[in-house]
Amino acid sequence: MGEVASFKYVSRKRRVREDRRFVAGQATYVSDVTPPGTRHAAVLTSPYASARIVKIDAAEALAMPGVHTVLEGRELAAATDPLLIGVDAPLVKRYPLAVGRARYAGEWVAAVVAETRALAEDAREKIRVAYEELPFVLDAEAAYGPESVPVHPKHGSNVLLDRRFVWGEVEAAFAAAPHTLSYRVKWGRSATVPIETFGVVASWDAWREMLDVWASIQMPKFADQIARALRVAANGVRVHQDVDVGGSYGVKRGIKHTVLAGFLSRKLGAPVKLIEDRLENMRGGDMHGPERIFDVELAFDGTGLVQAMRMRALDNVGAYAGRSPLQLGKPVGAIVGPYRIEAVAYHAIAVTSNKTPQEAVRGFGQAPTNYAIETGLDRVAETLGLDRLEVRRRNFIRADEFPYLIPSGTTYDSGDYHAVVAKTVKHVGWDALLAERARLRAAGRLAGIGVASCLEPSGANSSFEPLLNPKNTTTTWMESCRVMVDALGAITLTIHTTSAGQGHETLAATAAGETLDIDPDRIRVVRATSLESLPSNSPVGSRMAIMLGGAAFRAGQKLRDKLLAIAAHRWGMPAAQLHYRNGGVEDPGTGRALEWPDLVLIAHRHYHLMPPDMEPGLAVSHVMQVPTGGSLPSPDGRIQMYPCFSFEFHVVLVSIDPEIGKPYIHRYVVGHDCGTVINPDIVRGMTLGGIAHGLGAALLEEFAFDGEGQLLTQSFMDYLLPSAHEVPEVEIVHHVTPSPHTVFGQKGSGESGYLGAPAAISGAINDAVRPLGIRFEALPIRISAIGDAIARAKGLP
Amino acid sequence: MRVELQVNDRTSEVDVEPRCTLLDCLRENLGLEGTHAGCEHGVCGACTILVDGEPARSCLMLAVQADGHELTTIEGLSPGPGELSVLQDAFCETHGLQCGYCTPGMILAAHALLARTPQPTRADIVEAISGNLCRCTGYGQIVEAIALAAERLRSANLKIGET
Amino acid sequence: MKPVAFDYVRPTSISEACVLLAGDDGARVIAGGQTLIPLLAMRLARPTRLVDIARIADLAFIRDEGEGVRIGAVTRQSVAERNRIVATKLPLLAKALPWVGHQATRHRGTVGGSIANGDPAGEIPLVAVTLQATITAQDATGSTELAAGEFYLGPMISALPEGAIVTHIRFPVWQQGRTGAGFHEVSARRSDFAFVASAAQVALDADGVCTALSVGIGGAGDTPVRLGAVSETLVGSRLEETEVQEAVVAASANVETVDDLHASAAYRKRVAATLACRAILEARDEAAGAPHAR
Repeated sequence: MGEVASFKYVSRKRRVREDRRFVAGQATYVSDVTPPGTRHAAVLTSPYASARIVKIDAAEALAMPGVHTVLEGRELAAATDPLLIGVDAPLVKRYPLAVGRARYAGEWVAAVVAETRALAEDAREKIRVAYEELPFVLDAEAAYGPESVPVHPKHGSNVLLDRRFVWGEVEAAFAAAPHTLSYRVKWGRSATVPIETFGVVASWDAWREMLDVWASIQMPKFADQIARALRVAANGVRVHQDVDVGGSYGVKRGIKHTVLAGFLSRKLGAPVKLIEDRLENMRGGDMHGPERIFDVELAFDGTGLVQAMRMRALDNVGAYAGRSPLQLGKPVGAIVGPYRIEAVAYHAIAVTSNKTPQEAVRGFGQAPTNYAIETGLDRVAETLGLDRLEVRRRNFIRADEFPYLIPSGTTYDSGDYHAVVAKTVKHVGWDALLAERARLRAAGRLAGIGVASCLEPSGANSSFEPLLNPKNTTTTWMESCRVMVDALGAITLTIHTTSAGQGHETLAATAAGETLDIDPDRIRVVRATSLESLPSNSPVGSRMAIMLGGAAFRAGQKLRDKLLAIAAHRWGMPAAQLHYRNGGVEDPGTGRALEWPDLVLIAHRHYHLMPPDMEPGLAVSHVMQVPTGGSLPSPDGRIQMYPCFSFEFHVVLVSIDPEIGKPYIHRYVVGHDCGTVINPDIVRGMTLGGIAHGLGAALLEEFAFDGEGQLLTQSFMDYLLPSAHEVPEVEIVHHVTPSPHTVFGQKGSGESGYLGAPAAISGAINDAVRPLGIRFEALPIRISAIGDAIARAKGLP
Repeated sequence: MRVELQVNDRTSEVDVEPRCTLLDCLRENLGLEGTHAGCEHGVCGACTILVDGEPARSCLMLAVQADGHELTTIEGLSPGPGELSVLQDAFCETHGLQCGYCTPGMILAAHALLARTPQPTRADIVEAISGNLCRCTGYGQIVEAIALAAERLRSANLKIGET
Repeated sequence: MKPVAFDYVRPTSISEACVLLAGDDGARVIAGGQTLIPLLAMRLARPTRLVDIARIADLAFIRDEGEGVRIGAVTRQSVAERNRIVATKLPLLAKALPWVGHQATRHRGTVGGSIANGDPAGEIPLVAVTLQATITAQDATGSTELAAGEFYLGPMISALPEGAIVTHIRFPVWQQGRTGAGFHEVSARRSDFAFVASAAQVALDADGVCTALSVGIGGAGDTPVRLGAVSETLVGSRLEETEVQEAVVAASANVETVDDLHASAAYRKRVAATLACRAILEARDEAAGAPHAR
């Protein structure tokens, strides 16, 4: 690709302005919002994985002082519409509270509202529920079978989604290939588990017929879905988007919580606050991530070139469908990873079971898929006795092949995978790394190197929705920004979404500042409520650098054009002959200039000097569609999905004390190319944080269930999040291959690190234990499993 | 029950149930909402405050146990409205946070470390924050913030808390 | 996660505390609260009254009694961790203390609280059992002394009488020869509950022959356990690695281990033996004054 452009503000060190309020403890999280008269809710959950709700007796609870109401499922379902699901399964109905049946242990069966949360919990204990236990299914393969007990009997089976795609001559490639191999890997059920749980405050104003909502939310079209479910006007819900969200990384979709709180508020005529406690969150917050079994076959030649892939992905969604079955669709947009695999058969299956439902998790299914693909590349190398790096190099799409169309219909915008790998390998000092591995082995440890080369699709052209559900013909994926200059020349930019620490205020100001040639610190950024917002789609799919950056840039351009037009009209010259700089306009021929204050004055006060038909003032906005978006899938299931593809290449050195089995990471290096970086500190933070998430998924975290469908990891005592001790120092090697689709060449980086770390860490452990003939094929890889496998291989007890 | 609490050098009397945690008391009775609830069972550290200068989990204390101690919350670290201490500013400089939810507890743990060990090694820093879970940053830029603060205090010949 | 409602009282003496406990079946002791409060939050503990003993001055002390060190029950773990008597006279406890929870929990948690709680993976109970400490408990009728080896009956189940308070714990101080200590633990994350831990103390004479040895295993089964047979076998030897391994493997053959999500029974059993060997060898090397070999 060409020269990387030089920017004034973009790519330069700049403090993230939001940090100021956080380090002072002056942020506003939903828990900090307490309108006058607020009442507090708690939920009663099902103890059984599957049960008929025979009777709910709330008399004793209602009699307690300070208790306002107890709500059960039937009343709520009669007054609201079921929550929307992404796949075409209308008989898989879902309401915030169970109706007649509980379908997982932890499902919300009743809600209590009281003066305080403690009183609500006291009252909750007094609610007597009679259940009749029913059969249940927990295992995905069992649920896929026709004999399994349907979680939703009216739907007829446990299959929510069962689609086969064939792109290219798969059968012929397998028939002709000199080699084939097959394997199974399992991605254990984990999730991003933010430190702040989900919470919502809902306040119904009967006089204005408006529901005010404050929530720890990351959900596109949140207001619409609440309005629809509560059967109020779409503009009868006002979401306050200036609530700080304490981490989400996908999971905080909050529809059931908000519908419940909104209904309760309307019923009681008072604000209702529902903050999940950690137990409610883990078990019944419906924030689990993919639980996926991959069966993969590869066809390859003697040099390690992979010609075709068959992949079956079976996901255990849990008792209801939220966004989660669609997480089988997003990977279609990068189904071959960074490789030139020409034929792919993809079989995507989502099944219900009597487990906690899933929600969207960082990467939306790409991290598990990358784990499956990278396992395959390692197996190819192993089968042929070739170096794993070399096999990857041979299979990489080459820099001169971009834009590159993959079999499933998506075009990768740009990349230079060989360059990133070369840079990273050089930084690592490959020979020294090999020597270090040898030294560790000689000292009696098991030692291994893992590599993973993965794509991060970014931009969220979420065309997996129409792909997996032809009844959904959505092709609009937009973002917006408004820039206003007031009569005194101060600049205010509004954004139309919530944020969870991604630094969007700084991002938008930087993008606008770059195009306006004005220091971003002069641009104040505020958030509109949903009612004052232009169309937005929330920070999902690693999209905001591309979309908010793009919208802010375009809005800035419009403002700049307006200023040029004002000056042009003032001087009676074509705007094209004038030069804009630092907020002012100069006539290069004569040197005369109209500076910012002059132009602001004209725009706001001197209508007689304005170009004819120009709107007074200086207010501009831009609503932008995702680049390359706007088309529906072809009949054979090909579709352009996300516009931009970042690339990451992980190298991990691990050693294990064979008697203990605990992996220790000696070195972690990642090569990262997300195109032009708008804010270096933000991008670095995303990558480091993503790797920590990935480490957790690989080694520590699992929502494990017992045979009765009870969640074993209900609290942080058993669901283990990595601490500062567990996360190694990570070295990041940068490369920039700009995207041709974006205003600065930026790509997304919100999911970086997470998409490749599990594959790399798993690969390193497998490299370490391979001399003993051991192979780990499921995540997380626990210490005990490693220790026991080593002992078995050595014939020890 | 009435309890007299000394928080950020100010004495307040609150009336709370014995079952009220110090965390909930700080937030709801004293309006100090910078201390956060992450798990309410003593693992995540988001509720960390200083008790007599040492880090403690406020969700693992009852308000009625907290009298007679000097309690410090994040609000007590800012020198004045709109002003940041050297440590707080260092977190801004290295971007040692994203969503900010774990940040107050993290900063207080760091503050206690620097009071005890003005020149901490990387291992000292990691140990000091190992009881504070962060899901955003992967800890790298947090460790850098604390090291930067230590260096800035050293070169300005200041002790933590003097800024 | 809000607790049930309860009363709170703060007696100023041990006897007053005992009277309060005797008078109310639903009353429970609170000291550091680091274990109790999570149980309260989850409503697994549902007391009617909490009797707060944390500020009873008579219960907070660390005394060098020559042949033993006596630690008052409400001594904070962090105080013990920084204490010179503990560092010099109880090197095994000194080694174990940094592994107990996190710094923040050690500032509040107490030595007696950990002893009374009896978590099978608890480091302080393991050291108490390994060193054959004596636990003193007091109730309304008087004081009893219980041997640590007979104190733990099951996970969180102890021989502490109903309505009694642990008042102090006496750890014997080995008088003879050169003493060394070793402590090893495996957990998923540093500072988690141990899957398995081992504590060992060794005394060598001037020629490097073992004159005393004690090793214990925690986290593996329902209670911490001292492997007495290992002492019997290895006292009088030079503690060569192979003979240590043989003795440990033989002694741990019948130790029942727990199987759970985090570690299998086989893992715990096998690694308990590994850690016990390492702890003994570390203690041996420390006693010999040499740097630890492994």
